[in-house]
This record gives sequence, C-alpha cells and structure tokens, in this order.
Amino acid sequence: MNSKSEAFLTQPAVPGVPMAWAEVGQSHPHESAVLHVLGEATYTDDIPEVAGTLHAALGISAKAHANILSMNFDAVKAMPGVVAVYTHKDIPGTNDCGPIIHDDPILSEGLVEYVGQPIFIVVANSHDNARRAVKKAVIEYQELPAILTPQAARDAKSFVVPPMHLARGDAQAAFERSKHRLKGELHVGGQEQFYLEGQISYAIPKEGKGMLIYCSTQHPTEMQHVVAHALHRHSHDIVVECRRMGGGFGGKESQSALWAACAAISAAHLRRPVKLRADRDDDMMVTGKRHCFYYEYEMGYGDDGRIVAAKVEMVSRAGFSADLSAPVATRAVCHFDNAYYLGDVDIRAMAGKTNTQSNTAFRGFGGPQGAIAIEYIVDEIARNLGMDSLDVRKINFYGRNDEEGRNVTQYNQKVVDNVIHDLVAQLESESDYRKRREDINAFNAKSKVLKRGLALTPVKFGIAFNVTHFNQAGALVHIYTDGSVLVNHGGTEMGQGINTKVCQVVAHELGIDLAMVRATATDTSKVANTSATAASTGADLNGKAAQDAANTIRKRLAEFAAKRHDGDPDTVRFEANFVHVGEHTIPFAELVQKAYMARIQLWSDGFYATPGLHWDPKTMSGNPFSYYAYGASVSEVVVDTLTGEWKLLKADALYDAGNSLNPAIDVGQVEGAFIQGMGWLTTEELWWNPAGKLMTHAPSTYKIPGVSDCPENFSVRLFKNRNVMDSIHRSKAVGEPPLLLPFSVFLAIRDACSSVGDHRFNPPLRAPATSEAILNAISAVQDAAEAAN
Amino acid sequence: MSEPIRFFYRGEVHNVADGAPTRTLLQHLREDLHCTGTKEGCAEGDCGACTVVVAELQPDGEVAMKSVNSCIQFVPTLDGKAVFTIEDLKQADGNMHPVQEALVECHGSQCGFCTPGFAMSLWSLYLKQEGQTTPPCRKTVDETLSGNLCRCTGYRPIIDAARRMGELPPVSFDREALKASLKTIQRTEMYSYTHDGQTFYAPRTLAELATLRAEKPTATIVAGSTDVGLWVTKQMRNLGDMIYVRQVQELYRMEEEDGMLYIGAAVNLNDAYEAACKHYKEELHEMWQRFASQPIRNTGTLGGSVANGSPIGDSAPWMIALGAEIVIRSDKGQRSMLLEKFYLDYMKKDWQPGEFVEAVRIPLPRKDIHFRSYKLAKRYDQDISAVCAAFAFTLKDGVVSDAHIAYGGMAATSRRAPLAEAAVNGKRWDEATLKLAMAELAKDYTPLSDMRATAGYRMKTAQNLLRRYWLESNPDSAQPLQSINAYHYAEGVAAA
Repeated sequence: MNSKSEAFLTQPAVPGVPMAWAEVGQSHPHESAVLHVLGEATYTDDIPEVAGTLHAALGISAKAHANILSMNFDAVKAMPGVVAVYTHKDIPGTNDCGPIIHDDPILSEGLVEYVGQPIFIVVANSHDNARRAVKKAVIEYQELPAILTPQAARDAKSFVVPPMHLARGDAQAAFERSKHRLKGELHVGGQEQFYLEGQISYAIPKEGKGMLIYCSTQHPTEMQHVVAHALHRHSHDIVVECRRMGGGFGGKESQSALWAACAAISAAHLRRPVKLRADRDDDMMVTGKRHCFYYEYEMGYGDDGRIVAAKVEMVSRAGFSADLSAPVATRAVCHFDNAYYLGDVDIRAMAGKTNTQSNTAFRGFGGPQGAIAIEYIVDEIARNLGMDSLDVRKINFYGRNDEEGRNVTQYNQKVVDNVIHDLVAQLESESDYRKRREDINAFNAKSKVLKRGLALTPVKFGIAFNVTHFNQAGALVHIYTDGSVLVNHGGTEMGQGINTKVCQVVAHELGIDLAMVRATATDTSKVANTSATAASTGADLNGKAAQDAANTIRKRLAEFAAKRHDGDPDTVRFEANFVHVGEHTIPFAELVQKAYMARIQLWSDGFYATPGLHWDPKTMSGNPFSYYAYGASVSEVVVDTLTGEWKLLKADALYDAGNSLNPAIDVGQVEGAFIQGMGWLTTEELWWNPAGKLMTHAPSTYKIPGVSDCPENFSVRLFKNRNVMDSIHRSKAVGEPPLLLPFSVFLAIRDACSSVGDHRFNPPLRAPATSEAILNAISAVQDAAEAAN
Repeated sequence: MSEPIRFFYRGEVHNVADGAPTRTLLQHLREDLHCTGTKEGCAEGDCGACTVVVAELQPDGEVAMKSVNSCIQFVPTLDGKAVFTIEDLKQADGNMHPVQEALVECHGSQCGFCTPGFAMSLWSLYLKQEGQTTPPCRKTVDETLSGNLCRCTGYRPIIDAARRMGELPPVSFDREALKASLKTIQRTEMYSYTHDGQTFYAPRTLAELATLRAEKPTATIVAGSTDVGLWVTKQMRNLGDMIYVRQVQELYRMEEEDGMLYIGAAVNLNDAYEAACKHYKEELHEMWQRFASQPIRNTGTLGGSVANGSPIGDSAPWMIALGAEIVIRSDKGQRSMLLEKFYLDYMKKDWQPGEFVEAVRIPLPRKDIHFRSYKLAKRYDQDISAVCAAFAFTLKDGVVSDAHIAYGGMAATSRRAPLAEAAVNGKRWDEATLKLAMAELAKDYTPLSDMRATAGYRMKTAQNLLRRYWLESNPDSAQPLQSINAYHYAEGVAAA
C-alpha cells in the first residue's frame, strides 16, 4: 500500500465497536468492486440478448459542411445480413436530440455540419455486418465553406446561443486607476471523455407502444423524453434503465440520446430488439467533447499583485449545435474568479458555432475552462512583478468573512464558507513548498538541458446546477420482511460510487449494516423526472432524497416499536442492526417482520430540493451554488529543453470533501480527476485536419494518461472540514472540483519553461502542453531573452 | 470441411469449427461463447479492456503465459494454445484470486470496465513473480500495465494492488498440468482452416512456408496481427487467404553468429528486445519499454514490424543506424541486404512476390562505435513516435568516421541522413561540427505535419536530438545526460 495514501484507507472496520453501525464516513469499497474484479458486473453490452436481436451501425458524414445531393443504399442492402436502412424520413416523431435547444437532428435532413454527423442507420444480423455494410453507401455532397475554430466563429459572428456578458463595477475605469496592466491571450484545447465503455443502447419493443431501452446514460429521463418524441409516443410508454456505465464523465449526459433514439427507431420499425453499440472510432467521430476555449484578457493590478480589474473575452468551440454549450459557458463565466476576488470585472463569453462535433458536458462543465484562465493570468502577474506566484495567489484570495470584505463573487453570491486560506497554508507547509522552490532554483542553475518547475494552485468550485430547477431528486426505499433493504434513486452509477454512498446513507439512517442495503438499476419507471447525474450533485441530491425516504420508514418503525414497548418514539435508536426502545432491544429484521404483520408501510419515497438557490440568466447573477468545494495542489515537474518532453515528479493535493461520506471513494475521485485533468492539459490533443476531420479518433492517436504518468510521489489527502450548508451529513461534492487540481502541473511546466529566461518572460504555453507546445514556449522565452540581451 | 481450431479454454479442449478466420478472440468470447467478462474498449489493441492471457508451448518445451489483446487476435492463431479469461481467475471454492482481492482492497476499480483487463495483466505478472517475496518495483508494474488504460482511478490504487497481491495468501498455478494438456493438442503437420472460401494456413517448417508463399504470393502474412488485426477491425478489409508464420519453429531461432545477432521473424518483440538489450542495455532499453505495450510486444514480432515498414516504426531507425540486415527467403533460397536498402519508398519495399522475412541480423557492439537511440511521442507508454532517432558514430580520438544517422517520422520511410553524415565524417566531434550537421538535417528531410507533430517540431527536435547525442558522446562533455524518463525513475521513484 502506498504509504502516502490516507492511513484510514487501510484500517479495517473493528467488529463490535459501537461506531460500526455508523455506515456514513466509512471507507467501504465500491458496492460493485467484487463484481468488477470478477468480470461479473453487467454493462449494457453484457445483458443477455433477447432472441431475435439485431445490431445497428451509423452512417456518418464525410464532409464538414455540405448539402447531400444524393444517397444510394443499394450496395448497403446487398451486404450480408442487412435487414434495413433508415434515414431521417423514417423517424415517426421529432428528428431532434438537442437537450435544451432543438437544433440537433438525430439524422441529417440533407445538410451535414461536421465530419461524423449521423446520416443513416443500418440494421443487420450482427454488429460486424452492420459496420461493414455502412461503408458501402454512396453519398454525393455539395461542399460548403466550413468554420473550424473558435476564433473563426467569433470573427464570423457564428454562435449557437447569443453571447453572454457579466459586468461588475467599471472595469475600464479601474484599469485606468491601476498601477500595472497586462494583456494576453490563451488557447486551451478540448478533451475527449474517453469513457472506456463506449456509447451503447439496446432497445426492446414491449407490448402496445411500450419500449424498454437499456442505455449507458447519465440521464435516463432525458433519454426517455428524446425517444418518446422521436417515436411520437408518450413518456409513459418508454422505460429507460441503466444499471451502470463504464465511465461517463459528462459524455453520456446529453449525447447518449442519439444512440438511444437510433436503437429505438430501428426497434420500433422492425418490432425486434436492436442494439446500437458504437465502435470506438465512430464514438469519437460522432460525439462531442469538452469545449476548447480561446481567451483574450486584460488585467489591472497593484505593486503587491492584487487584482483590481479583470476583463476577459472567452470563446468556445461549441460545434454545430447548442447542446449544453450555453450552461457550459455560464459555468466558465462563474468560475473565472476561481478562488480570487477580482475587483471590477467585465467578462464576455461566446459559444462559437463550428463545423465540428457538438461539444458537451465533461467533468467540470466549463468550470475548469473558466478557472484555468485566471490561474494562467495570476502566474503572469507574479512573473511580471518578480514575485512567487503563490504570494500573488494568496493576496487575491476571497476574504474569509464580512469584516475582511472582498467575499462576493462577480455573479453576486457571497462566499460564506471560505477555507482556502487555511487549506493552502496547510498544503504549503506540508509540501515544503518554499524549500523546494529554492532546491529547484539551485538545480536549474546547474542543469542545462533538464529544468524543473513547481507550482501551487487553489480550487474553489461552486456546487449545484446553475439552472435552479435541476436541483431536485427522488428516491424509493423498500424494506422487505427479512430486513433487507432495496434503494432506487434517480442518480446513475458511472464509477463514482454514488450507489455506495447512497446505500451508506440509508444503512446509516436505519442503523443496519451496509451489506443489508442494495441499490437497483436506475429506472425511469421507478423514480420519475430525474435530473442528470451531473454537476457533482449526484450524492448530494440523491443521498438526501434516499435519507428522506429511509427516515420516513424509520419514523414509522420507531412509532410502532414505541407503541409495542411503551416507549417514546423520539428516543428509539437504530444501531448496529438492532432497535433500542427504552430497555428493550429488538433485532431490526424482527421489528420489520412484526411491523409488516401490523400492516405498517415498509417502503417510502423521498424527495429533496436544494434550498436557497436562484439564478438570473439575464444579469448573470444570483445564488447559483449551494456551497463551494475547495482544494489545492502542488506539482513538481522536470522538462527536457531539447525536446519538450516532461515528467510529473511529485504531486500533493489537499481536497475539501467536507465530512466525507466515504473517504476511500473521495480520495479515489480526487486522484482520478487529477490524472484526468492532467491529461486534458498535457497529452490529450484533439487534432482536426484542414478539411475538418478529427484525426485523433482512437486511443492509438488520442493519448489519455497511462500508468507511468501517475507519479510515484502522489499524495492526496482530505482537508478536515464540515460543510456549513446542511448537505448530506455535511459532506461536500467530489466529482468535478478536483479536475482543477492539476492546474499546478500545467503551471509547473510553465515555470520550468520560464526558467530558461530566468523567469523574466512569460512563456506563451498553450494547453494541452504537448512536448511540442512546451518546446515552442521554451523557444519563445529563449528568443525573448536573446532579444533583451 | 477443415479440421476445427482447437485450444484449451476452461480446462477443456475447445473446438471452433465455424466463423471467418479473421474472427477475433474477443468476438468469439463475447458473441459466440457469451462470456462477457472480457470487454471491448477500442478494438485496436490500445486500451487493454480485452486483455486475456494466452499460454503456449515454447520451442524449449516450457509454457509461456502472456497477456494478449484479444480484440486483434484471430481465433485460428490460437490453435494449439490455451486461453485464460477473467472468469478463470476465480478459485474453485468461489473465492477471489489474490489479484482480484488486492484490487478490491486497494479500491482499484471505479467504473470497473477496464478492471478485467487490468486483472489479467496483473495475473500475468503474478505468474511471473511466483515464489518471489519482494513486491514488484514500480518499473515492473509500469511495464506490466503499459497496455491498460483506466480513465477513472488515475492508476495509483491499481499500482498499490500490484504490490499488494503478492502479500495475500498465495494461489499457485499448475504449469506442469497445462504443459501436459498443451502437448495433447500440438500438431505435427501444417494446419489449415477454411471458411467461406477463405483459408488460414499455419505451416510448421520454413520449407512449407516458402512453398506455400510461392503458391500464394497475394495471401496475407500474419505474425502477431498487432497491425493486420486493425486492417480487419478498423478498415474492414478482406485479407483473403492468410499465412500464419508463428508456428514455424525455425523462425524462432535467435543466436549470435559472425558478430551479428540473428533474430528469427516469429520471435516476439519482448524476446527480441531482451536479446538486443543484453548487448545494448543503455542504448535500447528505453526504446524497448516504449515500443507499444506489453501485450502488443508479447504477440507482435520484430520481423513483422520490419516487414510492415511503417515510416514511423520505432525499430527501423536504430537498426538502420547499426547497419542491421534483413534476411529474406523464398522457395528459391535466402538473400540478405542492409535494412536501409529494403525500404524504397512509402510502404514500398525491395522484395519480390513469394518472398518473406526470415530474420533480422543486428551487428553486435564494437568499442569504437558510440550508439544511441531516442523516441519522442506525446505519451511515454504505448504511443507512436513523432520522431525516432538513432546515431552510431565511429569515434576515434574525438574524430568521427562512418557516421550513421537515421530517423523515423521524418520521411516516407525510416532512413539515413546522408548530408548530415557527410558533414561530420572525418571531422572533430565538436560543437562547430554539430551545428553544421544540424543545419544539413534541414536539407536531408522534409517532414510532414500531422496529429502527432508539426513539420517544424519534427525538424527542430531531429536537430536537437543530434545535439543531445553530441552532449552524450563528445569527448569534452562534462557529464552523461539523463533522459527525462531515466530521471523520473532515478529521482522520482527512488525518493518514494
């Protein structure tokens, strides 16, 4: 076991100790861990196929922007095993799978807007035969001019939603007052989700208008809606079920809809089960990714590095349709501050309409894109002033309270739970930051080719959906007469451990062992009208809803027990599989059995709506977030100045999970997000050729971090804290915020680059910082240093 | 009707009598046998979700058990072997294998989709480590898992599990029983499997192979199928008849002769590099580690890599720099030539119908030759290089003669840099000479821009790698230069 890991991860639960029943806060393994390692966990493609199952594949556009002049499927139909070919004309209902704005055709109606846009469906007797047949279609295109980059979209005023603007104070006047000013630009690339399990849907026609769809999705309810609209049926006809996903990361929030719809359309026509599993290359060609962003910024600041004015224009590559680009841009605007009070602010955000995949949710959802810009800028302020960037960060942190002031965000939410000062101070000291800075300077002075770099970056991340009404959840808890418990809730399991946490909450509430609680697949016929499992809110919302349901039954049982034993319902305790009423102790299962005999309802629903949220999209202000999660990390890298190659040597991260529901799972989320975020900022490069075709559409060309990219010295700890908000057991969300932690990796690389010019010049480093980008940044510094000498 | 393909599966001889010869093991497992523990993540041998362990009898009579990407392994290539999947790890009493237990204990799975593949790679390590008491070092863990991608955990808990598994109560594996079983399904004559007019041939002798090749000059030659597999799964090409060379015993020959290391064309990349690294440890070890991934190196061959002749092949530049030869055979006999002469143009090679690669011959080290090789790619593990470079200079009293400078990724083939070589030959190996040669490289090559790198980066780093070589080889250099990765393992890991 890595000695750097939290010690409690290895501590076994001590049998017989009273706290054993306190299931919340324990480092239980993932509820499916044993199934995972045995290969027995069932993913959608592993569900035993119903007799007569057919397989579909999608025919996609070869052009970035074109009118389809003609389509000929004769050769497709002549291929072995082909059963049917469908185009948009075969969609009985609405040809749309856009989650917010209805600009997203399931199948092209004659205009194609990116290389990879689905045009037709082939259904065959096998996955392989469907894929082979797809290639035989003959499609004639009339090409149109294509817009491929965010800057080109901005220049052409090509947007998927109107530009956004947030202003506080008078940034222009503040610039004029400020002692120092800087201007610059930054490119930050997008990122493929690269869930290991690709998109998949399996549609099975049921009696009447019924359709059951097994779908790998973060948003079963939306799949239900899209399919109902596409088939021109009611929502009650459609059931969507998801037991688990092999990863989602946002990529299966809205963009699982296309696959669900195409499987369902085919199944509805043929009245046979149809499975649509995307080949990896098709998946990457068709689906959207994290938005790449381009920024132009201008800052005003004082001698001490304190920011007094900030102006930024950010434009994202939205792709051909709106999808979730508007809320992504909103979150970017709301995270441009990261942990800093920015003074007078002027932020413009645009979602550029481009002839590329329609970009979508990806862990952080614009938050990382907003915050990376300010971290990059703070880094420049520090270099311009000859200060350590940590000192500039500290002086700009939000104030801790009203007395300190400077505690209101640019969108007018007051920061009432600020722990960033203490958290960063702890990390600074534990990581020996100052001493290492000196060591690195000494090393760099001697080493000509290899240069080391160091950076410490903070994170503040708002928790809740910006759109208020999504912040609701429901759950069902059933207690069976043997005392076993089944939970169903609206959240989906994508590896993040939501089921484990929700089961812990229910077990805790009922005072029973976790082993007695099981979570079922997410199913639209159980809890209705669910929100996407997204925005890090899964455990927060569904945990509360499940707690509510469990609490209702617990109250009934307490009343029943109190009545039987002449006790007070308020003092009945549920602990370690027993129920205590005054002097009496009854096994939980026995009480349940007796309650059933007494006709007490042993199941309940539960509901939760996050209080205190409001958001005005017009003024871009309000109280969009329930609370903030905080964190910080220190990274140290070494860079080869001849080639731009680099390695992460050491990383320390401290994360505020509040009163963690499950420290092992939370540490796992932080580590995973760290490496994933590092991939976004370093090796993961999306590259389109000049004709607009994505050329990095498989793991052979698109490089997510591998095992040796995980540093041996990797220490992740949880910051001791309790949520000031009444969240589920005062815990904090953990899904997305840690993705921002590896900003320190990116800026440590930049620090190493800047060492070749004695830290006098700002390296123009773009993300992803591939070896090439790093070498370019080094060259620019060398050139600047030469010019100055 | 041909004889069924037979291999051991779940402890029994499993017969496959139906299905195209290009059906992959993964398709067979999931679709035909409904054994779904093994997952498809990419169908190109790059993510490792499909990893299984394949056991085969070696020419020396021992059993080799290696991790393999089932998504690009054709079923007929398994004839005479044994296949182990994640389902085989569970113990007879229903308990988890220590590999699995360690993964659970260390919280090594999140979404769980990649987990069976990781477990199988770890099991291959577990088998190797049997009887050892010390946990594997980080480098060994990295090598073992270089072909497995995980998008959830960030790897730390899986690395912990690799170290933890050996501390749990051991589970032994009966190799002798497996060996005995495998012996019962070995063939003595050439095997062939025909389906729907397409035939897979597995000759057993070089003579058979040569005759067959002469008869079927357009058949697709298959060795490890680490590239040919993708022609099927990604390009959906029809391979026609196939000739599988990895049952030809003579092609496993590996020995030193006449100052050269002879490596038969069926030798897998791991074994080939291991043999080469016995002589060129410093110079080639990193190239070995970075060549694709462990499961790819377990099936892919050096002969196949050379025959394929991709312009960005990682092995060709260093072999060209060393003056390696390719041995080509046909039913008319054998001929050898310098590898650099073999590559004529983009994917065009100097051979005739009916010819195939028999071996490569690598010159053994000479004291007066200073040799280095370098690879640049976006990722350390399993990435195709943007630029590969190799330098072998004869250095005497600080003066260069017979400089060999070879690059991959800079032209339509891996090839030498004649102008840069001319600029250094006969000169003192000093910075002035270096600068001349760096400038000449710009005339030697006109690289392309693509998703791996721009032309500008390729040229600049090609020049800088020559500088790096100079820093490491010039007589006045103050200190040997560590590579970034050597630095990582030396500083980062040692400090842990």
